[in-house]
Amino acid sequence: MSSFPSGPIQLVEGRALVVAGEDIDTDRIIPARFLKCVSFDALGDQVFADDRKELNGEHPFDQARFQGALILMVNGNFGCGSSREHAPQALMRWGIRAVVGVSFAEIFFGNCLALGIPCMTAAPDQIKAIQALVQADPSRSWSLNLEEMKLSTEEESWEVAVDSGPGEMLRSGRWDATSQLLDNGPQVDALMEHMPYLNGFQAVL
Amino acid sequence: MSSGTLYDKVWDLHRVTELPGGSTQLFVGLHLIHEVTSPQAFAALKDKGLTVRCPERTVATVDHIVPTISQQRPFEDPLAEEMLSTLERNCAQHGIVLNGLGSGRQGIVHVIAPELGLTQPGMTVACGDSHTSTHGAFGAIAFGIGTSQVRDVLASQSLAMNKLKVRRIQVNGQLTDGVSAKDLVLHVIRTLGVKGGVGYAYEFAGPAIEVLSMEERMTICNMAIEGGARCGYVNPDQVTFDYLNGRVHAPRGEDWDRAVAWWSSLASDADAVVDDEVVFNASAIAPTVTWGITPGQGLGIDESIPMPESLEVGERPMAEEAYRYMDLQPGTPIAGVPVDVCFIGSCTNGRLSDLRAAAAVARGRQVADGIRAFVVPGSEQVAKAAEAEGLDQVFRAAGFEWREPGCSMCLAMNPDRLEGRQISASSSNRNFKGRQGSASGRTLLMSPAMVAAAAVHGRVTDVRSLSTQPDL
Ligand code: SF4
Repeated sequence: MSSFPSGPIQLVEGRALVVAGEDIDTDRIIPARFLKCVSFDALGDQVFADDRKELNGEHPFDQARFQGALILMVNGNFGCGSSREHAPQALMRWGIRAVVGVSFAEIFFGNCLALGIPCMTAAPDQIKAIQALVQADPSRSWSLNLEEMKLSTEEESWEVAVDSGPGEMLRSGRWDATSQLLDNGPQVDALMEHMPYLNGFQAVL
Repeated sequence: MSSGTLYDKVWDLHRVTELPGGSTQLFVGLHLIHEVTSPQAFAALKDKGLTVRCPERTVATVDHIVPTISQQRPFEDPLAEEMLSTLERNCAQHGIVLNGLGSGRQGIVHVIAPELGLTQPGMTVACGDSHTSTHGAFGAIAFGIGTSQVRDVLASQSLAMNKLKVRRIQVNGQLTDGVSAKDLVLHVIRTLGVKGGVGYAYEFAGPAIEVLSMEERMTICNMAIEGGARCGYVNPDQVTFDYLNGRVHAPRGEDWDRAVAWWSSLASDADAVVDDEVVFNASAIAPTVTWGITPGQGLGIDESIPMPESLEVGERPMAEEAYRYMDLQPGTPIAGVPVDVCFIGSCTNGRLSDLRAAAAVARGRQVADGIRAFVVPGSEQVAKAAEAEGLDQVFRAAGFEWREPGCSMCLAMNPDRLEGRQISASSSNRNFKGRQGSASGRTLLMSPAMVAAAAVHGRVTDVRSLSTQPDL
């Protein structure tokens, strides 16, 4: 498995796999019983645990032909429900480095961004076509280019989208927000000095 | 673009600066933490050699993993014990107040922060928990965050956010007898869909919202996230101020008067512009029950499981999955569906007024044979107040178990869980596959009074068909 994302994220290249379906919630990505942990380390094996058990080896995350895939192709509202970062952590620890779908739940999107995992969108019919290609040939190599905003195979390419802010954060390697936030400590101080509820509700300047 | 809304005003007040990536650095006024989503954040802080910037702006409790039968330490489950002791250690080390078991202030994070007066109008409230939207009931901007953001807030008391659009959910008319805030919000989600609110903050407004108590407003805002809206809010008014007055962390004396004046000024202006508006008629809403595997698959109690052809094409695959998983046939009336387990509790409906509503149904009745029914107060304060009114006795006499406070079977990270294919009537907020602890367990979401009605009949029942005797 490649190491966890770091630095600028401009290109994700590798094989892909598909988890089809609308509204796949984070309880399905990582069932609640696996949240009983004080570290994320073991989550990679537990991703989609209940779905995988139900499908008895036939779930894409279990099928031999999809092992080593880096790009996950999904449908609409992926990652809805609970805010648990355990969900993207579990995907990342399994090996996922980018997700492409019709739409993403906001908190999930933000959690992925904080890990350096781009969640890119494309139109429903394009996603369908892309998913069909992945299913037809799991060994096909895909390239997700965040500079050109394109998802490509050797033969074809599709436009993908992400909001400009997050896109820029990924491309520039500034997706790990902590250091930026800390840089602005003095502005936080200034704001706190005038925040009514921190100052006896005196008039705001 | 919205303008002049409470959302805009609170956003502007908390905006630290624009970040190079285009998002906004937003100051967090109140940060709530619990044992599930904080340990990895503290670990990351340590890895980076960082400290907690404003320990006094972070408040902790323990709720998800606590057992509800015996809270004796150490817990029977060593993993649960490890999670709590990790939280205790982290809080002690960083000077963060932990409202722990037996403190008189412990409970579900979204229940205790309001009852302690920590949640106030005009604040930004963040917590590593999606139901943080609850706190919007006070006219706060409150939203769930992931563990990386918990780390960011601990380190910087701020986070990177993008501004949402505002949709006003205008609810005209009045709810009728037997129809609760839970029914209203299930109806809204059923109508707009579970992803209808993605990208929006929901402003709940109108005559039906204005008459709601704070606890009812919390129920509604709590479930905004189930409709895809990361936050929901109600403009602060006299109901808000009356609730807050005298609470432990509420302002006092002259501070109080200034606070009320400031809070009042934050409400959306009469001519505020919202990005979207949807109008509902409260009087047309019936007690509402979910039949499927998303909170949007809801039905009025007098309706039947929808036929696939009556649904929009896009909704059919999820409905097909729900028929199969729930083992419910299209065309079956929802009233009369048998249940196995009845759960009253959670951050949606585990407050005193919820327990009163359920007790009014349970009083003088008996839980049906073969049904397991239990009541889990949302906090130690709720438990104490309910016991002072004798609600625990009402429930016990009717055959319900009366438990210790916690999240319990809302997501079953503790011993409270469904077994096998059991089906529950539940006052919580999520009916996802496997949510209540069994990978094949099934959940019907409804109001606490409706859960009590299901418990005494052993099947889904229109609470309006039972007489209630709240004063007996
Ligand atoms: S009661 Fe349920 S939804 Fe609320 S915080 Fe606990 S687990 Fe989450």
